[in-house]
Amino acid sequence: MPSIKLDNVSVSFPVYSAVSRSLKNKVISATTGGRIGNKANHLIVHALEQVSLSFTHGDRVALVGHNGAGKTTLLRVIAGIFEPPTGTVQVEGKVTPMFDTSLGIDPDFTGNENIILRGLYLGLSKSEIMARMNDIAEFTELGQFLELPVRTYSQGMQARLAFTMATCIEPEILLLDEGIGAGDEEFLDKANVRLDAFIAKTGILVLASHHIELIRRFCNKAVLMEHGRVALFGDLDEVLELYRRRAELAESGEQTKNALLEGVAG
Amino acid sequence: MSILQMARGTAAQRSPLRDAIEDFGAGLKHWELWFTLGWHDVHQRYRRSVVGPFWLTISMGMMIGGLGYLYSGLFGQSLERYLPHIAVGIIVFSTITTIVTEGSTVFISSASTILQTKAPLSIYVYQMLWRAVLIFAHNMCIYLILLPFFDFRLGLVTLLAVPGLLLNVIIGFSMGIVIGGLSTRFRDVPPIVSSVMQVAFFLTPVFWTVETLKGREAFVYLNPFYYLLDIVRLPLLGEAPPMLMWLVVIAMAIGGTVLAVIFFACYRARIPYWV
Repeated sequence: MPSIKLDNVSVSFPVYSAVSRSLKNKVISATTGGRIGNKANHLIVHALEQVSLSFTHGDRVALVGHNGAGKTTLLRVIAGIFEPPTGTVQVEGKVTPMFDTSLGIDPDFTGNENIILRGLYLGLSKSEIMARMNDIAEFTELGQFLELPVRTYSQGMQARLAFTMATCIEPEILLLDEGIGAGDEEFLDKANVRLDAFIAKTGILVLASHHIELIRRFCNKAVLMEHGRVALFGDLDEVLELYRRRAELAESGEQTKNALLEGVAG
Repeated sequence: MSILQMARGTAAQRSPLRDAIEDFGAGLKHWELWFTLGWHDVHQRYRRSVVGPFWLTISMGMMIGGLGYLYSGLFGQSLERYLPHIAVGIIVFSTITTIVTEGSTVFISSASTILQTKAPLSIYVYQMLWRAVLIFAHNMCIYLILLPFFDFRLGLVTLLAVPGLLLNVIIGFSMGIVIGGLSTRFRDVPPIVSSVMQVAFFLTPVFWTVETLKGREAFVYLNPFYYLLDIVRLPLLGEAPPMLMWLVVIAMAIGGTVLAVIFFACYRARIPYWV
């Protein structure tokens, strides 16, 4: 049974390029991003602070929060890409991070070559990829085009290929950043059916998104992130309601900020 | 097992040293990925050209021909003896240069992949080494072409080039781990490395010989690149490398590996934060 357990996880980034901490930066940091601290000669961005979360099989969790609230960092911690210096992460089951469905797609290589490359990136072996080749070829309807370099494809065809490759696996734990693009109109219905089946096969889904419609479609729980902390974790509707209220609050804050900035500039 | 499923025990059982060694091992196990990526890297550069990666070979062949003809005149040596020396010298030394300079950017240039997939970090170093070996193999065509025309004195001893090359690859691996890792944190390292390698080309007996140094041999014997070069070059020219040379290179390989393990134990987990 796949499960994810984070206990008191904190992650901070050193920023070594000398950033001057002007008044303007201070004002902006009040409304965006994680907290920014200062240590000796470099800045530190506290991307996650004391995050404790626990997901189990069947959880479809949406990560919400405004830009820089720590959603992507949290996904990377769950994926094991960032190992947090403090706190513990326990993940059982195979994790598939899928942050960019076009990762590893090289326009100069043929569709078939790209399928192999992408599959290897997803953690499949060559023989596992070969076993899926027919299914992918059939679903994309790309036929002979798979023998041609991807740069000769239309945008829609490229999106089809990326989508089909992304959904050809059966992940135990799937981490998505902003969903999976499905491509052109005519492909959309077919893609939606496949996407639903793909998500249904997943043990745990963690989806970071601003797209409320997408979240409502796939998720049953949600985490609201604010300045690297978990503001609320629980039932989807409850969290989305709080998120909406906070967003409204931020908007009025934005107006104040703009007024302030104009004052500084003037 | 997939690359996305690294053994991640509970925090209590995890030791940085074991994690570092596991990373090297898991990287080797995923040879299919770096094997394919390395091939693609070589092909990609010359994807739509007629002779493909052999452009590397052709340009190196021209350099060897030009320098060989010029310097055999300058040094007053016969072309028959001198050309094999410079040809093998340039082929091997350019491989060393490729490994060291590309090793210094090995994590930086894979930054987007590192941040998007959970794969052992060592795969990027294996990929770089495999690419360098492939290019070396292409360049060895020059050697094969020269063989019938020049005095190479081949024999069983030539086979010693294989362990020589292997030792170079092992040392290249530890350099890639350590220098590549340092470069993610200190971005001044890659330019420093590439200027060091430029100077090293002239300070190492690539196109001159140790015998002509009369009285300044220490200059060569203190240069690590001399050993790395001649451990492969001598067998290819039909000579067995002296025992001292083997000892020096083996010591470098062992020392480098220990250093790489210690470095990775300390900083492996930080590399994704630094790239």
